Amino acid sequence: MMDTPDTEEGVAQAVQDAVIDSTPLEIRGAGTRLGLGRPLQAARTISLKALDGVTLYEPGELTLVAQAGMTLKALDDLLEGENQQLTFEPPDHRALLGTSGEPTLGGAIAVAASGPRRLRMGAARDAILGLRYVNGEGDILRAGGRVMKNVTGYDVPKLMCGAYGTLGVITEIGLKVMPKSEIVKTVAIAGLSDGKAISALAAALAMPCDVSAAAHLPDTVSRELGFSEAATLLRVEGFETQAAYRIERLIEALAAFGAVVEIHSDPWVAIRDVMMFAGDDRAVWRISMKATDAPLLVASLREQIDVEAFYDWGGGLVWLACEEGRDASAVAIRKTLAGFGGHATLMRASDAVRAAVPVFEPEIAPIATLSAGLKSRFDPAGILNPGRMRA
Amino acid sequence: MIEMPVPDQRIIAKRASIADRLRKIVPAEQVIHTSEELKAYECDGLNAYRQPPMLVVLPDTTAQVADIMKLCQSEGVPIVPRGSGTSLAGGSLPTADAVVLGLSRMKDVLEIDYENRTIRVQTGITNLAVTGAVQPDGFFYAPDPSSQLACAIGGNIAMNSGGAHCLKYGVTTNNLLGVTMVMADGEVVEFGGAYLDAGGYDFLSLICGSEGQLGICTEATLKILPAAEGARPMLFGFDTNEVAGEAVAAIIRAGLSPVALEFMDKPAITVSENFAKAGYPLDVEALLIVEVEGSEAEIDEQLTRIEAVVAPYKPSTVKRSGNDIESAKIWAGRKAAFGAIGQLADYICLDGCVPLSQLPDVLKQTAELAKKYDLKVANVFHAGDGNLHPLIMYEANDPDSSRKAEELGADLLRLCVEKDGCLTGEHGVGIEKRELMLTQFNERELRQQMAIKDVFDPAWTLNPAKVFPLSLSEPHIDDRRAA
Repeated sequence: MMDTPDTEEGVAQAVQDAVIDSTPLEIRGAGTRLGLGRPLQAARTISLKALDGVTLYEPGELTLVAQAGMTLKALDDLLEGENQQLTFEPPDHRALLGTSGEPTLGGAIAVAASGPRRLRMGAARDAILGLRYVNGEGDILRAGGRVMKNVTGYDVPKLMCGAYGTLGVITEIGLKVMPKSEIVKTVAIAGLSDGKAISALAAALAMPCDVSAAAHLPDTVSRELGFSEAATLLRVEGFETQAAYRIERLIEALAAFGAVVEIHSDPWVAIRDVMMFAGDDRAVWRISMKATDAPLLVASLREQIDVEAFYDWGGGLVWLACEEGRDASAVAIRKTLAGFGGHATLMRASDAVRAAVPVFEPEIAPIATLSAGLKSRFDPAGILNPGRMRA
Repeated sequence: MIEMPVPDQRIIAKRASIADRLRKIVPAEQVIHTSEELKAYECDGLNAYRQPPMLVVLPDTTAQVADIMKLCQSEGVPIVPRGSGTSLAGGSLPTADAVVLGLSRMKDVLEIDYENRTIRVQTGITNLAVTGAVQPDGFFYAPDPSSQLACAIGGNIAMNSGGAHCLKYGVTTNNLLGVTMVMADGEVVEFGGAYLDAGGYDFLSLICGSEGQLGICTEATLKILPAAEGARPMLFGFDTNEVAGEAVAAIIRAGLSPVALEFMDKPAITVSENFAKAGYPLDVEALLIVEVEGSEAEIDEQLTRIEAVVAPYKPSTVKRSGNDIESAKIWAGRKAAFGAIGQLADYICLDGCVPLSQLPDVLKQTAELAKKYDLKVANVFHAGDGNLHPLIMYEANDPDSSRKAEELGADLLRLCVEKDGCLTGEHGVGIEKRELMLTQFNERELRQQMAIKDVFDPAWTLNPAKVFPLSLSEPHIDDRRAA
């Protein structure tokens, strides 16, 4: 049964109905990211698609409040009109997951989708000023607000970001937005090994150049985007003179790594959306770890399994593609990662594999207890996306 | 007057034995028990409220903190965590039956990692010492509360502290990557780490800003950033607060991303100028200090652009700093403002936040309310993010004046909420704004937040009587104990 309420009260009613029936409730926006997390069996589904209005947009305050079902496309168009943009550059998972429809703001926030600009401007959670949500008892609640600084009470809005709808149904989100830069340029160094590339990115990020994205594409991956060898990429923004000055400084500082040349294509959408791994049937992992350890992890994995990798966030975010098999190499990947620290999320695999393998990094006992405690206090009946994050 | 819970005499009766047992965990001199010495811990920056604790303990290690927590948990003793005691909201005000757990001996820098731009510290370290540790190598730690010389990172995490430069770099929560936290039952748990996002639920977000009510953070991994080549401010004077407020919005909208955008109103200008001789014009109603950073050429270009954006608002004074001496002079008045006002009177520093578009109206109504209470209010604040700091001047020795100041403060914070803002932008709720929480949130919303505390601190012994109105928290705790 699919419910598509067009009011917040309708959302609350749908949750209350599910509570009365003790029926699990699947929460979705446009459904483009349903392949993330563990597969869900739910008799009831609620779609936020019809809650798609803009509550408030104040360009002079860099503040936007919109309902969860608003599409990112409509949001981008609105912001574009004022030459503004979202801070966290949310990835579009359609190509990677083979889904269709228009991704919604609520979906991006629920899965904490943050793109290359996360490095400089923060993640989805950092952009959130406040939100409205319906908890598992059907109460409509507010958290945070719409002002830039707010420490009034616990930071519940950020908790909701990345909770995959397991703690509440987000109905409205207040965001900090940002102006678009006058100039956006990308420079590249060709042919570096992974280790050298991450060192080059670290050197660039240690300079006050406001680098807004930093990625490394090893040889085979880079070819997917039309490069002829490994590409180490930096995005620089600002006013024209500012961008030119910053590039000049980077060229100088990175000379030891190789020639820094400006490229005239934009690789960042493809990197954001992991296009290099789209359209095949391999399992895809997303690993958050210390940047300088990342090439060591990848090298160690290459000795164990057949794996392709690339790096975003200066190396702090590793994307891996490997044969799906029975467990998507979860044991090898997590065991190797444990030696460095960080966490791995299985971003793409068949339902069977995502049901069998922990999609999110297994929690240590005290944190698992806290997670279960929060779940039971936000959703006592256990009806909101049950099992989406943990079995 | 803000009430505190009635202390539990059964706990106070065990004072001597608890002190003995604490001395088995830390060296004897690190358990403070004499009434003279306890007096140093009777208040924080909200010094109108004072209550010496039962005992103070000053551990050196996370393991000691864990043992202290286990002991207090088993005896039902409330724990009040304390960094440097600079909270302006009474965030570390003790109760008479509490043990204050002070972080002042835990000040070590544990690891600096320039390649990954992180620093690991013990949380008793001061905010400025973190920047101090990395400054020689061209880095800094971004959040810069004005108490940064004294305030501890542990307190910054508890309150999710901000500062003047947060406009560009964010507040504590945006710069915190991981913590070691000792839970109420003494278990030591790592949240996050030296990487950009944590897996699973975002516990770090909950911990930051939880005012020491979910656990005690003993170590933290923080982001450090490369320092800009230079920075320079510019000063604008305006004939009305309204126009100055409009100019602020114009600068933000133009995407000029200054690192700081500070506002001073007429009372603040007069007091600061008389004190610091910064060369501020005395014939204006409002001053804006706008600071940008970068290379010399970048600074010049940004300031030129800002000047052009502000020009239509017809500033009566425009002063651009040309060098470090002029920069220091422009900042001198702003930096001296609180001290200068402190020379004139006692003051309460409020911390509401409002949408930028509401600034002019809020300033106007602030002046009207001040008049109604017959008190002086000066406004010095972070305008770029709408974070107001009205300073209410009063006489602490005069109970009538104190009462009026507190009432005016509450009215001003209610005004912020009415204008779609919030009670506190960066100081925290503490005891000060606890009873006002129901003006911002309804009871159900607060109960949902209290449920989070239940999960972390089932017995509600960590930092009692902060954040939530006593009318909600006390029956809630009674219910839990009965069950």
